[in-house]
Amino acid sequence: MERIIFHIDCNKFYASVECLHRPEIRNKPVAVGGSEQSRHGIILTKNEIASKYDLKVGEPLWSARKKCPNLVIIPPNFPLYMRFSKEVRRILEDYTDIIEPFGIDESWIDVSAVAHLYGGAEKLANIIRERVKQELGITVSIGVSFNKIFAKLGSDYKKPDAVTVISKENFKEVVWPLPANDLLYIGPATYHTLQKHYRYTIGDVAQTDCQTLQKWLGKIGILLHSYANGYDLTPVCKSELMPNIKSISNSTTLPRDLKNFDEVKAVVFVLAESVGRRLREQGFKCSVVKIYLRDKDLSTVSTQKKLKYPTDITREISKTACSLFLNNYKFDKPIRSLGVSVTDFCAVDCPLQYDFFVDAQKKAKLETIDKTVDTLKKRYGNFALQSASLLKSVDITHFNPHDDHTIHPVGVLKGKI
Amino acid sequence: MCKKVYVEVFAKFEKDGNIIPISILWQDGTIYKLDKITNICVAASLKAGGSGIRYTCIIKGVQTYLFLEKDRWFVEAKESE
Repeated sequence: MERIIFHIDCNKFYASVECLHRPEIRNKPVAVGGSEQSRHGIILTKNEIASKYDLKVGEPLWSARKKCPNLVIIPPNFPLYMRFSKEVRRILEDYTDIIEPFGIDESWIDVSAVAHLYGGAEKLANIIRERVKQELGITVSIGVSFNKIFAKLGSDYKKPDAVTVISKENFKEVVWPLPANDLLYIGPATYHTLQKHYRYTIGDVAQTDCQTLQKWLGKIGILLHSYANGYDLTPVCKSELMPNIKSISNSTTLPRDLKNFDEVKAVVFVLAESVGRRLREQGFKCSVVKIYLRDKDLSTVSTQKKLKYPTDITREISKTACSLFLNNYKFDKPIRSLGVSVTDFCAVDCPLQYDFFVDAQKKAKLETIDKTVDTLKKRYGNFALQSASLLKSVDITHFNPHDDHTIHPVGVLKGKI
Repeated sequence: MCKKVYVEVFAKFEKDGNIIPISILWQDGTIYKLDKITNICVAASLKAGGSGIRYTCIIKGVQTYLFLEKDRWFVEAKESE
């Protein structure tokens, strides 16, 4: 049986949700952007009207205002977007349980077994599109195809509020004339290489010999050849079957530059505390701690250390991160952004053999402290209990990475190519 | 043009979990009894800006939409009200 896969893309998601809730700005150019005061001032998304002014996602707000002086800028309301994301999923769940979310505003669903009950794939896609519009007041574009890659291309093909069918019969007419960089995994560098070899469209990629693509692009060449020809067989993966997380990280751009190690230490502690708490919630211990830092001129340093014993103790993660910082940064320039991340997980109950010099009792005590702090924070909120050392620099430490950053970037490939 | 007005609602919580509104307490203190509920569905309110469970009610012979948005109730009110 041929597979029927939909890719559902919420059009201009954050901006649409904001415009729904504020009828007075619906006819104005609107962008959702971070706070400029805390230096997160970039465009996260924009509505159709603002798109006409050539505003780009990721563009600083000052530059956006230059292009479009009457731009309405709205701070993001992530809990509201999460609610709408869940509502869209609720609608999809009426038709299938094979749902693979891709970020907050996109999903693939497999409706091979049920589409005929609704009069066919295209009809079902239109039912879903209409329901989202009617029940949630936002629009989606849906790509209907026999594989995930073409379904995604379909949802990009016609926007907003549209359904595009890419079948085995019409994909050569619909997909092949599109520019090659519309295909997943053809970024600027890959596109440049393809152009050097006079390959401009997806059709050009499809008709190039697989080995030749591999020679030009490496392993990804084979993958792109299969994507362009519609050979992709990757199943839609139910979210509960998604592979385990491989790393946990938190980072922040600070409201002002950090000028000394004491300030860095305080921010690192806040980040390590959140990373540690998330690690414990997942029931993992980590063996590698990484830090990421960016100075005021935006040059970036990233470095990591393998721990002798896996840990989930906040203080150990924080200490390791601080020592990484001291060993790798001379503080010739103030720091603008900082990040702490942990990888290389093992289960929390995995047996460990410490050497003679490890103070296991102290570790047990620290673990108990962490557990207690976690319980209190969960029950009474993140700021219910804080380390006294953070009170010295409230302006840079009063943020909540644990709850503020619940939207994580995702990749399509679930492992190596 | 409509505006979103949050209102207090007297409602019946049924055994099976359904919530059925009975009357609305308007801003000026008047209590309006819902004579009839003709439809219940999930819907967006483009006029007032929001979405939730929409109760189509008849109040004194006039059809009105009452929305339960997460855990708050609102109505689409005329701008002048």
